[in-house]
Formats: sequence, C-alpha cells, structure tokens
Amino acid sequence: MNIQAMAQDIPVEGEHTVEGIDFITSGDQYLTFLLAEEQYAVDILCVEEIRSWEQPTKIPNSPSYIKGVINMRGIIVPIVDLRLKFQIGTASYSETTVVIVLTYQNEGSSRTIGFVVDAVSDVLNVESVDIKPAPAFGGCVGPQYIDGLINSENKVVTVLNVAHLQKIEKHKLQS
Amino acid sequence: MTVDLSQFIPSFLEESFEGLELMESGLLNLEAGDNETIHSIFRAAHSIKGGAGTFGFDSVTEFTHLVETLLDEMRDGRREVTSKDTEILLESVDCMRLLIEAARDQEDYDQDKVSKTSARLSETLGEETSADTESKSEIDSSTSGGSGFKITFIPEHSLAKTGNDPIFLFSALAELGDLTLCANTEELPALMDIDAQELYLNWQLTLITEVDKSEIIEIFEWVEDECVLEIEPITNTVDEVGQDNSSENDAPIVNELSIEPQSDNTAIQETVDTPKVAAERPTEDKGKVTNTKAKADLGSIRVGVDKVDSLINLVGELVITQSMLSELGNDFDMTKVERLTSGLEQLLQNTKELQESVMRIRMLPISFAFNRFPRLVHDLAIKTGKEMELVINGEQTELDKTVMEQIGDPLVHLVRNAADHGIESKETRLANGKSEKGTISLDAYHQGGNIVIEIKDDGAGIDRTKVLNKAVDNGLIDANATLTDSQVYDLLFEPGFSTAAEVTDISGRGVGMDVVKRNIQSLGGRIQVESDLGKGSTFKVNLPLTLAILDGQLVKVGSETYIIPLISIVESLQIDNTLINRVSGDMVLYRLRDDNVPVLPIYKMFNLETQCTEIDKALLVVVEADGQKIGLMVDDLLAQQQVVIKSLNDNYQQVAGISGATILGDGSVAMILDIPGMIHMALEQAQRNQRARADGNNSVAAEVCL
Repeated sequence: MNIQAMAQDIPVEGEHTVEGIDFITSGDQYLTFLLAEEQYAVDILCVEEIRSWEQPTKIPNSPSYIKGVINMRGIIVPIVDLRLKFQIGTASYSETTVVIVLTYQNEGSSRTIGFVVDAVSDVLNVESVDIKPAPAFGGCVGPQYIDGLINSENKVVTVLNVAHLQKIEKHKLQS
Repeated sequence: MTVDLSQFIPSFLEESFEGLELMESGLLNLEAGDNETIHSIFRAAHSIKGGAGTFGFDSVTEFTHLVETLLDEMRDGRREVTSKDTEILLESVDCMRLLIEAARDQEDYDQDKVSKTSARLSETLGEETSADTESKSEIDSSTSGGSGFKITFIPEHSLAKTGNDPIFLFSALAELGDLTLCANTEELPALMDIDAQELYLNWQLTLITEVDKSEIIEIFEWVEDECVLEIEPITNTVDEVGQDNSSENDAPIVNELSIEPQSDNTAIQETVDTPKVAAERPTEDKGKVTNTKAKADLGSIRVGVDKVDSLINLVGELVITQSMLSELGNDFDMTKVERLTSGLEQLLQNTKELQESVMRIRMLPISFAFNRFPRLVHDLAIKTGKEMELVINGEQTELDKTVMEQIGDPLVHLVRNAADHGIESKETRLANGKSEKGTISLDAYHQGGNIVIEIKDDGAGIDRTKVLNKAVDNGLIDANATLTDSQVYDLLFEPGFSTAAEVTDISGRGVGMDVVKRNIQSLGGRIQVESDLGKGSTFKVNLPLTLAILDGQLVKVGSETYIIPLISIVESLQIDNTLINRVSGDMVLYRLRDDNVPVLPIYKMFNLETQCTEIDKALLVVVEADGQKIGLMVDDLLAQQQVVIKSLNDNYQQVAGISGATILGDGSVAMILDIPGMIHMALEQAQRNQRARADGNNSVAAEVCL
C-alpha cells in the first residue's frame, strides 16, 4: 500500500462515529454537573479526574467551604465544597457525592483543586458562539465565576470560569 | 586562595532576574504609603547590587546604587511616591536588566539609554533632596568625558613578589575617574613555563579624570622603582579607547590562564574583564538589542559518579527483591510466609538505602556557598581600608542544594556586616591592644540533624546601649523597658534597623538583617547572636540538613493527626495536676523544673472538636523555638517516623501554624505543625486579648478621672 492510500484511510475528524459514542465533531466539550437542581459546566480539558467523596484532612482555621486536603497520588489537593461556596442547596455527603478535580494551567504554574458537587451528569459539545452571556441579575454565584450560559434541550447550563474558580480561592482566603 | 567565581554567576543572574521581576511587579502595583511594597522593591535592588559587586559587574553596581538611593528616600518617607518617580524607576529596572544581560553575554548594551536614565535618576535625586552626591558625581564624570591621561604601566616580572598587586593600583585609579584598562599579554610564556609568582602582564590605561597628574603618580609611588611608567595627558578620549578592541583578542588566552593557581590570579582576570566591557562601549551597535537572548537555565546539579553508581547498585537490588517477591506471589501458600517476611524486610532495607542515596545526591559541600567569600572579604577590605582576613573551616560539610541556594544571600549579608560594622579600623584595633588584622571566620559543622554555620568576627562587638538607644529612637521599644541580651540582639533583625552612623556602599541602610532572619526562618532554621563588647560577635545560623524529609512525632488531637518536628521537641510528659498554675488572668503555666511553660491547647488554636479538653487528662509536648518554650496540649502521642514534606502552597496557600503536609502510611494526609508559627500565633492572640482588655481599662480610667 502506498502512502497516499494510507492517508486516505486515516479518518478525517468528524467523519468517525461509533454507535452510542459521540466523538468530537466540532466545538469544545464541557463536563456538566449538578448543584442541587441546577446544571453547571466546566471545560473538560481542565478536568483531572472525578473521585468519590472521602473525608479530607481538615485545614486549621479555614473557611467552611474549604473541606480540607486529600492525597491524590502523592499530591496534596485542597477540597472546596461548591455548594457551600455558592450557597446552593445543602451540603450533604453520601456515597454518591463526587469530587471533580480540576487543574488549571497558567503560565507554567498549575493549580489543582477538587470541587465537591452533587452529581456529574453529562458531556456537552458546544460551539463557542452558542455560549450566551449571562444576564446580570445576580444570583448566588458571582458574575466573575460565570463564562456564559448554554441552552441544552430545555435546560440552561451555567458555564463556570475555571481560572477564576481557582484564582479567587486564593485571594479570598488571604483576606 | 583560588576561587573561581564564575561558577556562581549563573545563580546570581537567576536571582537578579527574579529580583528584577519582583521590582517591576512591585512598581507597577505601587501606591503612595504602601511601605511593604517599597521595602520589597528596595530589598530586591539591594540584593542585585550586592551580588553585582561580588562578581565585579561594576556597571550594574553603579547604576543600581542610584536606584537604591531613590528607593531609600521613598522608604524613609523623605520622598513622596509620584507616578513620575515610578516611571523612572521602571525605566531603571529595564536598564538594570540590560546591564545584567550585557554582563552575562559579555556584549555591549544600549549605552545611550542607560546613561540617559542614570542622568534622569541623578536629576530626580538632586532636585528635591540633598541626595547622594558622591554617586551622582561618579555618573556625571563617566558621562561627560573630559580630559584624562594615558598611562603605560610595564611592571617588572618580580612585582608581585614584593607584595604589590596591580589590582590595588587600578582600583585606586578607578576612584579618580573613569578607568579603561587594556592588558598586554605578549610577554606571557606558555602555560608550562609560567612561574606562578611572576607577573607577565603589562597594561595600557586610559583614565578620564579631572585630577592632577601628581595624584596619579602618587598612586604608583610604591612601585615606581619596579616598573616602566609613562603618563601622558590626552584630551580626546574616543580614539584612545577604540584601540582597546585589540585586547579583546588577547583576552581569552589570559582567561584560560586563570586555571593556574597563582597569587595574582584574580588580578589578571579582573583586568581582562574590565577592558572588555569598556572596549565595547565605543563600538556600540544600536541595532543589537540583547534581550532576545534569554538563556533558559533550569536548575541543575553536579553529582559525583560514585553517588550515581551506588544508586544504580541499589536499584539493581531493588529489582531483584521485586522479582523475588512477585515470584513468591505467583503460587503462594502458607508454607512460604517466612520467605515473604524476609523478602519484605529486604524491600524495607532497599527502600531505606535508596532514599538515603537519593538524598545524598542533593547534598553538596558547603564550600559552594563559602567560595565566594574570600573575594568578598578581599574587596571589602579594600573598600573599607581595614585589614582583615577570612578563615574558613568545615567547608566539606554537606548540605542540601535547596538550602544552600537560599542561604547564600543571608551569609553575604552577615559577612558584610562583620566586615563593615564588626571589624574596627587599624588604629582602633591597635589602641585596644588587638592585632592590626581583623579576623572573620566562617565555620560549618553538623550538630544533631542540623548544620550550624558560624560567622564570627573579632571586632568591636555589639554595643548594647547603642542598640537600645536606637530602638527607643525608632519607637521599637519603650525607653524604660528592661531586656535580656538576646532580646536586645533580636532588635538587630527589625526592618530598617541600623546602628551604623553613615550609609556606605557596603551596608548600613538597615536592610538585610530582617531579610536574613526571614530567609533563615523560611528554611526552618534559626539565627542566634552572641557578642562580647570589644571582643567580637558571633552569628550562629542553625539549619536543617534537608528540606524534603523530617523526623516527626505524630500526635492526635480530636480526630486529626498532626506531626510535630522532632527537632523542636524538648520533651513530652504526662501532666501532673499539681504543677499547673493559672496566673495573670487566663494564662495557664506548667512548672517544668525551674521553667514556667505556657500551655497552648491545639484544639483551641485550630478550632477542633475533641473529647480531651481537660488539661489534666491531656498530654503535654514541650517544644522550643526562638528561645521560647511552650507546651502543646495533645490528646495522645502516636508513632515517631520520618515524613516527606509536601507543600501546601502548590495547590493551596500558606496556613498559619502549619509548615506543610505529609502523606501517612495509610494514604491519609497529616499536617505538619510550624512551631515558631504557632508561637507567633499565640503571641498575637495574647496581644489582641490584652489590647482589648487594655481598651476596657482605659475607658474605666477615663471615667474615674472625670
């Protein structure tokens, strides 16, 4: 087989689908999760892993939404309860409570933080034009955390800004 | 003593670029009255200046001195922080970067920009305050040019044997004006034929200055008979300097020579370096901007082959153990339990040895940090006009690389202080019945799990009353407070504290000692001062051998496990009810033999829930830091073990009272207590309470007066 024939055999992005699995067709992928009844999403490229809830080691004199730190393969990762931070729903911990560990790379340094959410729901493919700005009628979640809104069927998903989620954590604690 | 300083230049560059970044970001966020930021900018500039001085990057030192003077005025509040000044400072930071890059690449720089900025700086300094006129005139003379002399200096080969070092002459000349040197290496024999005590070089010097010829002759007075000396006045300097380019070709040859241990080694190297920088000035090429040449230098380490070999052996053994264990696991039954236990034991042994071996890779002899000091002391001796010598002991003592990198600067500060403030002038020393020559000694040795570095001088010692008076002037302490000696010496580490009567190029601005202490503390070490008035002082720096692993005592508080560094534990004891005293209100003291130790319950400090709130049911771990003992109340003592320190900073941030975290055998995370931090926390808490109480009392008193 010559090289040109081989090249033709390589699937072009978007052509390839297997039943039951969505491959990337276009746009970005977002991981959605639930806080109480509301749907939220983060850029899937930032997701390091999804873990089940385990009791973390407490950090002395930290705010209530910092649950503590856990050992993730030798890395010390702080755990933030998003429900407490955004004051959405009640913070209960059961077998099904999950922790989404997000890593955000910024100019060579990276920061890994785990966020407690009620449940992980889906992965969405979204074109960037489909992310609409959020109306500025403030809810519990500050506008700096929100990148925009996505319409998914008849639900609205809030896209969270991972950079801010990680960054603000730090400043708030220092004050 | 032969010291090849060039090996430290990369680390200086790295530090300087970091410092510049810090200055820049500080300046960009600078607002009026923001003293902390000004302090940190100033410190960065100060470090760069100090480092540049050590390595002979004179252009950097000169320029940074101006910047520092301006910053000093801002710091003291003598000058308001205006946007115009910030602008100039930012520009200066750019210039400093240019200069350092130029020094690094040994290339020329945009001299126009630098001289313009330095002119602006001196202008700013001059217009509002009676600024540092000395440095101003220095810059003026170097920028304005003017008349000068062309000096041909051909010393006899035996010049060095008579104790005359040309470098002293040249530095004396450099004080008169802008000196350009060009070394002639023609007479230099082949390396094999060199007599280490002979001097083979001769020099062409161009001195741009306003002074009289007689002053120059005076400098050469001592060597007149042993050299050929011609001094010709010149008016137009540019042509002369252009000649220097020829020296550039010769320079590398001489540079190679410096490998040879030779008494005037440093002299040769310097004289070669200086004309290089100077020669490049006139051949300035404006199109050539060097900032693209950012050499990425990742931290690297030089490891002896024997260390690597032993590591490979150990890994080999580990592999054998592993294959043995996996074979055992293939068809395991109870008859093989014994073999399994012995295999696991072997694994434990292997792991331990491997760990030690890897740790040893990070260990370097402290001579890496000490090597720069002979030159520093030598230069300081010239600058201060005092006679002093440096004695180094224990330079083979090994120390973790990270610790070594961070201890360099604090040590420089301490040595400078010893040279500048400690050692007295020749006359004073003789009058006090001491030998003419002052001695500064650097000692390093192991003590327990620590390394101790002593910086000792046989100088004047610390004048207790002088320190106290200064502290009262600065409002640091009350005029009639009674302090112990160690408390008095601790005052030296307060920011902005200096007893030096005048600010010199070397020290006296009161910056440094606070940084020294902070750096040492951030390494988990401590510094002690001992002093004998009239006899000298000793600064003792105590550092942990490594930052990566720590011996810890695991303790239980409520449901949490904490680790107390074993090194800070004095003793652990069961509380004896009769020895508990409640005094001065709410303070709980425990009588430990003659000492009264304040008791701090960890559960209270960290807001934890525990069953064990009764003091007589708990255990007391007595710890010591900064000379202060406290008793930490814990529920239970668990095992003692080595723990690997993980930073909380990476993904989180510094937590008060916690120095880091570690992962225990069961995979859970435990916090490592920061004992000095906890003492600090407790003191702050106590002060807050006292203040609150004092406020209450004051209002009562006021009512009574009414």
